[in-house]
Amino acid sequence: MPAVRGDGMRGLAVFISDIRNCKSKEAEIKRINKELANIRSKFKGDKTLDGYQKKKYVCKLLFIFLLGHDIDFGHMEAVNLLSSNKYSEKQIGYLFISVLVNTNSDLIKLIIQSIKNDLQSRNPIHVNLALQCIANIGSKDMAEAFGTEIPKLLVSGDTMDVVKQSAALCLLRLFRKSPEIIPGGEWTSRIIHLLNDPHMGVVTAATSLIDALVKKNPDEYKGCVTLAVARLSRIVTASYTDLQDYTYYFVPAPWLSVKLLRLLQNYTPPSEEPGVKGRLTECLETIFNKAQEPPKSKKVQHSNAKNAVLFEAISLIIHNDSEANLLVRACNQLGQFLSNRETNLRYLALESMCHLATSEFSHEAVKKHQEVVILSMKMEKDVSVRQQAVDLLYAMCDKTNAEEIVQEMLAYLETADYSIREEMVLKVAILAEKYATDFTWYVDVILNLIRIAGDYVSEEVWYRVIQIVINREEVQAYAAKTVFEALQAPTCHENMVKVGGYILGEFGNLIAGDTKSSPQVQFELLHSKYHLCSAATRALLLSTYIKLVNLFPEIKNRVQEVFRADSNLRSADVELQQRASEYLQLSIVASSDVLATVLEEMPAFPERESSILAVLKKKKPGRIPDEVRDSKSPQPSVIPAATINSTNNTNSSSADLLGLSTPPGTTANTGNGLLDVLGDLYTTPKISPNTVQQNNIKKFLFKNNGVLFENDLIQIGVKSEYRQNLGRIGLFYGNKTQFPIQNVHPELHWTEFNKLNVQMKPMEPVLEAGAQIQQMLTAECIEDFTDAPVMSVSFSYNNVPQKITMKLPLTLNKFFEPTEMNGESFFARWKNLGGEQQRAQKIFKAQGAIDLTATRTKLAGFGMQLLDGIDPNPDNFVCAGIVHTRIQQVGCLMRLEPNKQAQMFRLTVRSSKESVSQEICNLLADQF
Amino acid sequence: MMQFMLLFSRQGKLRLQKWYVAHPDKLKKKITRELITTVLARKPKMCSFLEWKDVKVVYKRYASLYFCCAMEQEDNELLTLELIHRYVELLDKYFGSVCELDIIFNFEKAYFILDELVLGGELQETSKKNVLKAIAAQDLLQEEEVPQGFFDDHGLG
Repeated sequence: MPAVRGDGMRGLAVFISDIRNCKSKEAEIKRINKELANIRSKFKGDKTLDGYQKKKYVCKLLFIFLLGHDIDFGHMEAVNLLSSNKYSEKQIGYLFISVLVNTNSDLIKLIIQSIKNDLQSRNPIHVNLALQCIANIGSKDMAEAFGTEIPKLLVSGDTMDVVKQSAALCLLRLFRKSPEIIPGGEWTSRIIHLLNDPHMGVVTAATSLIDALVKKNPDEYKGCVTLAVARLSRIVTASYTDLQDYTYYFVPAPWLSVKLLRLLQNYTPPSEEPGVKGRLTECLETIFNKAQEPPKSKKVQHSNAKNAVLFEAISLIIHNDSEANLLVRACNQLGQFLSNRETNLRYLALESMCHLATSEFSHEAVKKHQEVVILSMKMEKDVSVRQQAVDLLYAMCDKTNAEEIVQEMLAYLETADYSIREEMVLKVAILAEKYATDFTWYVDVILNLIRIAGDYVSEEVWYRVIQIVINREEVQAYAAKTVFEALQAPTCHENMVKVGGYILGEFGNLIAGDTKSSPQVQFELLHSKYHLCSAATRALLLSTYIKLVNLFPEIKNRVQEVFRADSNLRSADVELQQRASEYLQLSIVASSDVLATVLEEMPAFPERESSILAVLKKKKPGRIPDEVRDSKSPQPSVIPAATINSTNNTNSSSADLLGLSTPPGTTANTGNGLLDVLGDLYTTPKISPNTVQQNNIKKFLFKNNGVLFENDLIQIGVKSEYRQNLGRIGLFYGNKTQFPIQNVHPELHWTEFNKLNVQMKPMEPVLEAGAQIQQMLTAECIEDFTDAPVMSVSFSYNNVPQKITMKLPLTLNKFFEPTEMNGESFFARWKNLGGEQQRAQKIFKAQGAIDLTATRTKLAGFGMQLLDGIDPNPDNFVCAGIVHTRIQQVGCLMRLEPNKQAQMFRLTVRSSKESVSQEICNLLADQF
Repeated sequence: MMQFMLLFSRQGKLRLQKWYVAHPDKLKKKITRELITTVLARKPKMCSFLEWKDVKVVYKRYASLYFCCAMEQEDNELLTLELIHRYVELLDKYFGSVCELDIIFNFEKAYFILDELVLGGELQETSKKNVLKAIAAQDLLQEEEVPQGFFDDHGLG
């Protein structure tokens, strides 16, 4: 047992020895329980304990607590010790309380009273004990009780230095709890002037306090900049003997220097006073110069302290981002550290360079170190250092070095630590997309990613490659060829099968000319992977197969065979079973025209921010470097972030696939300046309903299902079916965000209540993140009508109320029943309906070049029967149908005559009711 | 700002803990357990800093004891290492070649010294001389007290 210093408590030492001698955990617990019983009986016993005994037992309890056991008594005895007139007893009492008393204890009033007494003491050691206790507990009660006392103590001329130090930090702790306790006004200047205090310890403590105050109220404390620069200047130019005990291993006041440099990072560079700015630049240059001097000691403490100041200076330079030569100098200095012996320095240099890479002044300088950084990524023994190297490569990547960096990262990925693979995959995917000049390269990179690290390729990554391939025609054939080749590997990752399946299903025809990749070969290749895949992938493959049937009728029988297989048609998985049976029927029943329509190529995806980037941001908030700051702006650092974003917003061309420079949620807003001004761009994406809605509603004249409305928050899809004069409309509300959408409340408005009846079923008001809910509407056509109902959906997202309005795709033509008839009866009726009151006619200009096939497809979806071989002119279209309403049925004939030379259409509608003819004519006009 | 400081042995025994942020006991125990395991698993030549949950951990091993500080993102890593070193120097000076046992048997002293160096998670006094002066003043106050406990402990009270 070692000697015990001071007034050792022998009983305590014996107890600690006993515990240490316990051979097992059980023995230790037994010994502790014995001691607890003993202490409890002592505290409860009749004999009053003297101060020493109380102190000893309280100290034992504390020790037991620190061993990890719960203590539920002794608090009162500890509080009693606070009022002891013996310092050692008081001190143990305070220690127990600061470790064990929680802030809402009943004893807090008693404790506060004792602290008050000690604060009044003339002995600074007692005062400090009380201040330490306040700082340790730092509760709201403490802030209330001492909020006025402590600021006085801090600035009073009578207070001793040691007390001032504690008072400053004590106040800081209370300020963090209750910011209102710091008085403003004249106090501000008195607190700031502590930076001039002759006692270095006081300045060190006060700087921490001022830093926190500045963060809260930078304008009020602006005066501290000049004083901080002056103080810093005195320190960095001091010789190591000037500051005596505040020099640490030959480095003058490193802690204070770092705190001052930190404090200055709360402000933009002091440009108003050129003198101050010049002085600061001098300080920073001196720090660089000293870094180049030979070390004054070989001890690591010397270099650590010196470099700590240097790194903080570099942080300030990066923060200011205004002096190109300082930034480049910082970069060179960090470059030296990259090959330093000390792992710690290499780690910090990589981290710091990551920030330099985002400044336009130093981006190029950082790139010079690319080779070393790549080596760090490959060779460092410590994974956290390798991680920093990966981060830096990501930050320093641009158009000029992307290919090399991506290549190196891919190569490293083969052996990379599991802990960083997923993030690396995301980074490679983003870089490849962002800097791709040739999208075949991009496709290669992503397929390589899947090959090398398939398990770490998240859904977002492979969704994205498909989006890009679908949107870029020039890369489709290459993609098909490449996935086809990749699938030939004896083992390939399931993600490869997904991508391969999807791409061949869409674009397999582009490589079918080559006998090596004939339709049969493509299908058999995909199907050879089928039995190894999960249900989700199988479901995808089934869709691919039916798409292949459409592309290559010659393999229909083989595919049908697969659909018919028991393992599919009778699969235990309901999704697979449904797909197999539906696709089988589709392939049997549908004509090639229908098949072509149903299985048409996927339309292009809306260009939007890469979802991968969002994933990366979520994984590592704050560690994704922003874009290199805008080089066109004269004073980059003074421009608030929002402005930079909005400039980028307008500059970014549609070629910016990632939309990296566009904040999420605003893509659709470009050009809508008014909305942008209202509120935070990032948290409350606004909506731009108009254009989307207009386009969509026209589309729905010719079809019953599809996406009715979509923005960044919500998607509303519609599926409807009609029978005679009745209709059922299903609306599907999908939440596209990560958060719930609340108070969803749709409403319908229309004017012709007597002509149209629409009922809306109630729906759940909350739409969970990523969820979709359905709402049914029923409609009855009473009489022919002209106004489609308007639906407005109100909801709140992030507590911001939103409202979107759109027309329902509910038009008169939906109640058509197609009617077959021969030429004879058609012309007979046509003539019968020749009256002025029965016909309507419009002549209109074609929307683009006249495309008869497209016109035909549209008309087929309109609801009337297209009648072929009736009109003597084969280019003309004639249709017939019956409009069903509750009160009557209205027969209706239509003729559409294109004139290719004039790029005009003539549309004639005849029916037994004038208003029907008019409405059908209006609906169809200008649609072709 | 420092969020907490832990001292633990190579065997993973906690020797000292000081929290500057309020956490429930259960969470403190969980953090302590996880962090000790993480740090002990690291190899000697590895970097002394690690990103751990939302804090920056800075640690250094002195003989059989690990000193481990959890700092906030903006804090200076290298200087935190030197803060640990300063604390070790103070313990060393006070106990005279400090060893793990000194800290076990005089844990309250280790706390008192730390309280002079760091207050409320911020560095209070960097001068070794000033801290030792403050501790000496405390000890002096104690020596003036009548050592009545001496008799109690020897059965003479």
